[in-house]
Amino acid sequence: MSRPRAACTTLAPIQGLEVFDFLYLFYAFTVKKSTVVPSLLEFSWYLEEIIVNQPAFPYRIFSLGDQALSVDYGNVIDETINEEVIARYYQLKNEHIDGITELIPAYSSLTICYDLITIKKQAGSLNGFDWVKKLVEGKLEEPRPFLENKSDHIKIPVCYDREFGVDLPAIAESKNLSMDEIISIHCSKKYKVFMLGFLPGFAYMGTVDDRIAMPRKSNPVNVIPGSVGIAGIQTGIYPLFSPGGWQIIGRTPLALFNSSKEQPSLLKAGDSVSFYPIAKKEFVNF
Amino acid sequence: MKVIKAGIQDNIQDMGRFGHQHLGINPGGAMDRFAALVANWLVGNDTKEAVIELNFPASAFLFEKPLLIALSGADLGASVNGDEIPVNHPVWVGKNSLLQFHKISKGARAYLAVRGGYKIAPWLGSKSTNLKAKLGGYKGRSLHKDDDIPLNYDNQHHPVLDKKEFFVLPWHADMSWENNPDKEILVLPGAEWNRLTESGKETFMKTSFVVTNQSDRMGYRLNNQKLPVTSGEEMVSSGVSYGTIQLLPDGKLIVLMADHQTTGGYPRLAHVISAHHPRLAQLKAGEKIQFRFTDQRTAEELFLSQHQHLQQLHNACKIRLEEFLYALH
Repeated sequence: MSRPRAACTTLAPIQGLEVFDFLYLFYAFTVKKSTVVPSLLEFSWYLEEIIVNQPAFPYRIFSLGDQALSVDYGNVIDETINEEVIARYYQLKNEHIDGITELIPAYSSLTICYDLITIKKQAGSLNGFDWVKKLVEGKLEEPRPFLENKSDHIKIPVCYDREFGVDLPAIAESKNLSMDEIISIHCSKKYKVFMLGFLPGFAYMGTVDDRIAMPRKSNPVNVIPGSVGIAGIQTGIYPLFSPGGWQIIGRTPLALFNSSKEQPSLLKAGDSVSFYPIAKKEFVNF
Repeated sequence: MKVIKAGIQDNIQDMGRFGHQHLGINPGGAMDRFAALVANWLVGNDTKEAVIELNFPASAFLFEKPLLIALSGADLGASVNGDEIPVNHPVWVGKNSLLQFHKISKGARAYLAVRGGYKIAPWLGSKSTNLKAKLGGYKGRSLHKDDDIPLNYDNQHHPVLDKKEFFVLPWHADMSWENNPDKEILVLPGAEWNRLTESGKETFMKTSFVVTNQSDRMGYRLNNQKLPVTSGEEMVSSGVSYGTIQLLPDGKLIVLMADHQTTGGYPRLAHVISAHHPRLAQLKAGEKIQFRFTDQRTAEELFLSQHQHLQQLHNACKIRLEEFLYALH
């Protein structure tokens, strides 16, 4: 019985009554989804769980040369881990730390590039690397910030015509599906943008339904901008002309990368994306 | 300033486009930043000014108006109107001078700076050419014949030129900062170094590898024998940097250079230290490369001592040029 009391006494004065009431209602209607009023005791357990027992993500930090390091959460494609990466990306970004030149969130890692000259001025007798590592470890001990209005949902029209979806027949054959089935499976899910990389504006999204997951081609071919592809359980769109090994299933008329815009990339890490099919006529007139 | 003849790949670069890697936009910038800085400083330019990165065979340029120029980095056998000019010196060239490059005798990449810089609109804070995105620099591409590159100061006539076609200013930048004449390249271990078997590690450390002709601003492919690994586990994409040495699925090595992708999915065996990026940038296809491991502290100290040397050069260049201009007034 002492557990819930501890949570209540520490929280109530800090959060104030209105927040407390709001959280209680949120818990009652959204988490419990029950018409029976949950007891305060039950509610306080819930509070303790969300506030005291924040999930911890084990990580290791390694050097990426002498002007960058990576916080690595393991070699996985996992939405919860990626959420942690993106939250930490925004946390460090908002700190505007002098000498940090780049923050690169990936599937399960956050790379931090720094200017060694600027860092050494602050590091005293420590190595630049050790100083940045310590700083980052300190930041990761802080509770992770709540991400508000950081992600958008983007609906992307795709023309799955055979002319654009050059690899549709091969996937259909290998997966024993009709091309229409592949299209409807690809359009049936909401995907998460895990990271951007490879090319300006290239979003790595997932995860793709196992029924249409296809390995990369062994030899890259030239790919046209707007091409929508599948590689393993990932899906992505080529923003530029490029050699590429993903299996191409269609093409979007949207520009994924527009250099004249202040925000040149249509997508960013943390966004969600859904695809909808359009006819070739719509593609042409888009 | 006109391009009379196109080289194989000459383009505008500066110190790079930083802060956009989270959008997949790679930093780019001069491969040999040391030489690019020195070329700029010799003509009195700011550190952030753009230079032209020249590969051999390089472009030929016509300067329609008198101009103060400097070359640094590789020695590509430059001449003005047929007469040889040295690297790492400021050179005043007269009206309608022709700058050409005849033979490559040292290094791989040269940098051409003009006083005042090239009149190029920056994209995302940098004038560097992003060849992949076809953006930045001069029309987002390497220079072609008949390109007319606009300059910030277009007439720099000076009394020293009165009776001459060109004039080599009597000082030069000393590029040697490290007492290590050999071509050894120091590296730090990468996160996936332990994926190599013991024999793989030994091969990596003891063999010198040849830079193949499949080498460009994105990366150098090496002709190593296949390095055996203990685990072939696939990797999800993650950050890489200039100098990262990756192991490709075919067992070959690639050293990532200035135009590397922002993330990669191949094992990172090691990273070339920043102080040796210029050394790496001046290697050409067919040359040998020998890696040796160092530690974080040594890597940082070398970078700091290089930086100190650069600062001294910067000050010296500034003082010499100011004195020279003042004396002739």
